[in-house]
Amino acid sequence: MIDVINLEKHFGDNKVLNGINITIEKGDIMVVIGPSGSGKSTFLRCLNCMEDPTGGEIIFNGENIADMKVDINKHRQHMGMVFQHFNLFNNKTVMQNIMLAPVHVQCKQLSKAKKQNAWRKFANLFRKTKLELNEITTTKKDIIDSAREKAESLLKSIGLFDKADVYPSTLSGGQKQRVAIVRALAMNPDVILFDEPTSALDPEMVGEVLDLMKKLASDGMTMVIVTHEMGFAREVANKVIFIDEGQILESGTPDEFFNHPSNPRLKDFLSKVL
Amino acid sequence: MDSFILKIEKFIEIFIEYKGYTKVLEGLKNTLIIAILGLLIGIVIGILIATVRVIPKYKLLPRILNAICGLYVNLFRGAPMVVQLLVFYYVLMPLLGLHMTGVQVAIIVFGINSGAYISEIMRSGIQSVDQGQMEAGRAVGLSFGTTMLKIVIPQAVKNILPTLGNEFIALIKETSVVSFVGAADLYVAFNYIGSNSYEFMVPYLVMAIIYILLVLIISLFVKLLERSLGKSDRRN
Repeated sequence: MIDVINLEKHFGDNKVLNGINITIEKGDIMVVIGPSGSGKSTFLRCLNCMEDPTGGEIIFNGENIADMKVDINKHRQHMGMVFQHFNLFNNKTVMQNIMLAPVHVQCKQLSKAKKQNAWRKFANLFRKTKLELNEITTTKKDIIDSAREKAESLLKSIGLFDKADVYPSTLSGGQKQRVAIVRALAMNPDVILFDEPTSALDPEMVGEVLDLMKKLASDGMTMVIVTHEMGFAREVANKVIFIDEGQILESGTPDEFFNHPSNPRLKDFLSKVL
Repeated sequence: MDSFILKIEKFIEIFIEYKGYTKVLEGLKNTLIIAILGLLIGIVIGILIATVRVIPKYKLLPRILNAICGLYVNLFRGAPMVVQLLVFYYVLMPLLGLHMTGVQVAIIVFGINSGAYISEIMRSGIQSVDQGQMEAGRAVGLSFGTTMLKIVIPQAVKNILPTLGNEFIALIKETSVVSFVGAADLYVAFNYIGSNSYEFMVPYLVMAIIYILLVLIISLFVKLLERSLGKSDRRN
């Protein structure tokens, strides 16, 4: 689903990513590990062009999104992202956080179609072969209602329905991160990118977030996860890659990766963290 | 002490019997008009400049606009208000063949000048909102503009509004120099009373008290505003 071809990222003279090649298939649970400063977060952020790649290609759903001419917003609607520091919208309630993007995106499409229709109606007056009008089946109210319904069911599934109308500042870290995951889910993404989702959490809250991620994985969601949770990687991932100095030094199934590592740097790294 | 009471009596005599209070009211009106209209013009200019300064600069046009706005801000923050008033009144107006009253000149110069300061207030207010908010908005597929309008600016307003109140206070205080270009403000009014009685002690004392009261009242409003804005963060 995502093909990364020779991805490079420089910050000035500092080469953070040095030619990364990897393919992410539909349904993959890919875990990215590596020492700090190795470029693993940058790699993840390049996948949805949060950082614009300096070179190389990222083919997502058949289009190279590293190209600056592509409408990146359209593609990001199909790629969820979960951040280390949650980044819930502070001025919106939990419910609004979840509904904002789906409602906005669909309403924009609706008003675009309406505008086009109005123009076509006018232009058809002068045309011999009349252009067909766009079919408009929804209204703004329908969109909002269905988004609310979806948000409610998502909130119920994580057991936070009673928090629907509170502001994020009153939630605990674990609750915030679960809402953030649900916010990404509300867009029905093809893939979700996790940027160290448990690193900013208190130890007792790590479990609830990992449990939700496990549930997503078993539902068949495609996920790319940067994490330091080796146990989680071993249990859930079907592909683990090790990045150091901007290159993929080893990749494989969790079994080969953790039990029979071949790269000396990976061996050294694992001996420190396991 | 007796002489002081005498001075007060003299002041009251001119203030009431010789209609000194009409001058004072006129001056107060001009002071407020210059400060309020100057602030409004400054807000409009500030919004325009702050917009240019925060949009991403990948393309050439935003870069050029940004350079122009940077120049504007540095130019108008670099010279004192009095100097700008004098330059506008005695240099620009004759050169351009304009005819304006002192109050009009003061309004325009105050607007242009405070625009430079307000643009910086707004830029720093927007940039003080956590970068993650913008990233989160972009990550769910909203455009830069939508994220700005729906997420970042509502949060930035909380930082901007109180500082804007302080800018208004600064403007009110700065109006005391507009007599340089012939606008009748509070200073002119009390100066008039003083020169009619050959006695400046009490008029200037009253002037100081009026300025302080004005500023106290406005800062009270600013404080109330700050408090009510802070609340929305903690609603449960």
